[in-house]
Amino acid sequence: MEVKVVRNVLDVNAKMAAENRRFFAENGIFVLNVMSSPGSGKTTILEKTLTRIMPEIQSAVIVGDICTTNDADRLSISGAPVVQINTDEFGGDCHLAAHVIENAARQIDLAGLDLLIVENVGNLVCPAEFDIGEDARVVVLSVAEGEDKSVKYPLMFRECQACLLNKTDLLPYLDYDLEKARQYIDQVHPGMSVFETSAKTGEGLDSWISWIRERVAEKAGLQQQA
Amino acid sequence: MHEMGIALQVIDIATAAIPPEMRGCRVERVNLRIGKLSAVVVDSLNFCLEIATRDTPLAEAVFSIEEIPVVAQCRECGHEWQVARAVFKCPECGSGNLEMISGRELDVVSIDIEEQFGSQAQNQ
Ligand SMILES: Nc1nc2c(ncn2[C@@H]2O[C@H](COP(=O)(O)OP(=O)(O)OP(=O)(O)O)[C@@H](O)[C@H]2O)c(=O)[nH]1
Ligand SMILES: [Mg+2]
Ligand SMILES: [Zn+2]
Repeated sequence: MEVKVVRNVLDVNAKMAAENRRFFAENGIFVLNVMSSPGSGKTTILEKTLTRIMPEIQSAVIVGDICTTNDADRLSISGAPVVQINTDEFGGDCHLAAHVIENAARQIDLAGLDLLIVENVGNLVCPAEFDIGEDARVVVLSVAEGEDKSVKYPLMFRECQACLLNKTDLLPYLDYDLEKARQYIDQVHPGMSVFETSAKTGEGLDSWISWIRERVAEKAGLQQQA
Repeated sequence: MHEMGIALQVIDIATAAIPPEMRGCRVERVNLRIGKLSAVVVDSLNFCLEIATRDTPLAEAVFSIEEIPVVAQCRECGHEWQVARAVFKCPECGSGNLEMISGRELDVVSIDIEEQFGSQAQNQ
């Protein structure tokens, strides 16, 4: 006997993510989901970003890693409250799911918060599949990873609104074709915002920070209207 | 990499779909639909399903996975086509303003349950 089901496998996560989104909207908090393969420079970019936007933009961070609190220790120096998630407690998950964000957000004092940044687990595949209730998604790609990552991992690049091409200070030492990397990104996601950055030297971070500022201001404005 | 989590979710959904009066019956087949753009590797999902269904009503079920192509429709000129080689630009007018029609599916569509139990009961 055939029984019709037609249920999305991730519907529980989607429901939780929608609840997170409503909750963050009520509090006027802009939520940014930062993803990349391991070591592209997410934490370094966030360290630099936080020191430049705090305390004007009140920020907090949820950072996911399979193990260690190294990233949380680095990010805490900015003064922003940081919650470290170690997914080995959840079976070594390769991504942060919506219920994990909901739990972590409870540990943060949300009063007066403008921006919540989620540094996802280093992985260019899985996190793209899981809605966490964020407002925007960005992917960091270091120039040492090659020009064609966007076409090899299209879901991630389709799902993100912006891409940071990081570690540009290394370009003199690499045979990396920036123009080609931009062409590939434009092919996978036409119109995607692309920022060339060096988290090491700070070069290119200005336009990235303006991008965040605009969106945080917009979200806060929406809450005041409501 | 999260195929085990997906497999467990599939098993939950399929098990919950067994009607109460058919509890104890074996599920013969689970029909799934998986979009080519989803972050699921079908081979690893099959492997995880095989392990995770042990000692469940799905232990002997065949998991039939229909892979769904990535199809987009241009919002500018209406052209619809199957996306290949990760080119998300309209081949007719060049626009990148697209509506994704399919490719992200990750659905349990239906289950087939053996009727032996019920029919045996009727025969007796
Ligand atoms: N040269 C150079 N090195 C960088 C830059 N950004 C980050 N790094 C280095 O790259 C390494 C990894 O950086 P992280 O910031 O830890 O990367 P991540 O993406 O947070 O890594 P995971 O959280 O483990 O996935 C560190 O040694 C950084 O110092 C950059 O712009 N230029
Ligand atoms: Mg990190
Ligand atoms: Zn078109």
